Amino acid sequence: MTAEFSLDGAAAPPMQNGELVFDAPWQGRAFGMARGMAERGIYAWDDFRDRLIAEIGAFDRDAEAIVRRGGAAPEFRYYEHFLRALETLLVERAILVRGELGARVHAFEERPHGHDHAHAHDHDY
Amino acid sequence: MDDHSAPAIRAEAIESLLIEKGLISAADIDEVVERYNDRIGPLNGARVVARAWRDPTFKRALLADGTAAIAEFAFEGAQTEKLVVVENTDRVHNVVVCTLCSCYPWAMLGLPPRWYKDPAYRSRIVREPRRVLREFGVDLADDVEIRVWDSSAEVRYMVLPQQPANAARESEAELTARVTRDSMIGVEVLR
Repeated sequence: MTAEFSLDGAAAPPMQNGELVFDAPWQGRAFGMARGMAERGIYAWDDFRDRLIAEIGAFDRDAEAIVRRGGAAPEFRYYEHFLRALETLLVERAILVRGELGARVHAFEERPHGHDHAHAHDHDY
Repeated sequence: MDDHSAPAIRAEAIESLLIEKGLISAADIDEVVERYNDRIGPLNGARVVARAWRDPTFKRALLADGTAAIAEFAFEGAQTEKLVVVENTDRVHNVVVCTLCSCYPWAMLGLPPRWYKDPAYRSRIVREPRRVLREFGVDLADDVEIRVWDSSAEVRYMVLPQQPANAARESEAELTARVTRDSMIGVEVLR
């Protein structure tokens, strides 16, 4: 725990906040989408927040159960929960259909390496 | 659908579909990220804290009604959340958490640091605040009361840290530069 806190728990001058927020560019895109759609009135931010709480709550309960059985606590990846919460909300609201999303993911996975790409946000894995 | 796709690809797929549907543009997303990541930051909170240290009337107003007191700064997004500012003193140390997810006074502090969202911080700061604070390097005397404030959709808390004793003669701008994000979350004491 101590190591996690000390990563950036130490004094961070006010102007240096930004660098530590996103570990990878896709996390910034996910945040920008979720927040931007709410700002445009496509859904209320609190509706997104409710899905995020559900996602994180499920992780917390699973992790607790694993630890109680003597296992190692799984790694918490905040933005993966954030992205799933967004996906859940978009599908619930019929803004996205699961099938079309699956097809698009599949199509992107099939792309040849080094494809042309508008944003440099797929280089983090 | 494969739920195990790398999140980078899933995020990209969602973005491309939303753009095709005309719901948001790539430039809109860039703008939101840039705004929260670069323009809105703990500097806003630091300015408010420095003002409160310098101006007792402002400080009273800030502690009485944070949202109203910061209106004059016209921070982006500040009007959308209720801000409650809690003051650290010799006897009380305040610390902020969001136990359920990641609620945070964005308009004042930007986006939260990674550890703020971590299950370890979210659960332990409530259960054993003194110990967690010690891990952050904040060693409080036993007679200092620790108050833990759980943020929510309705209320965002921010800590008004104590002014360092050696900063009494500094200007508001100099004081602003001393105020850290972590001191306004309550996991740092300014020296």
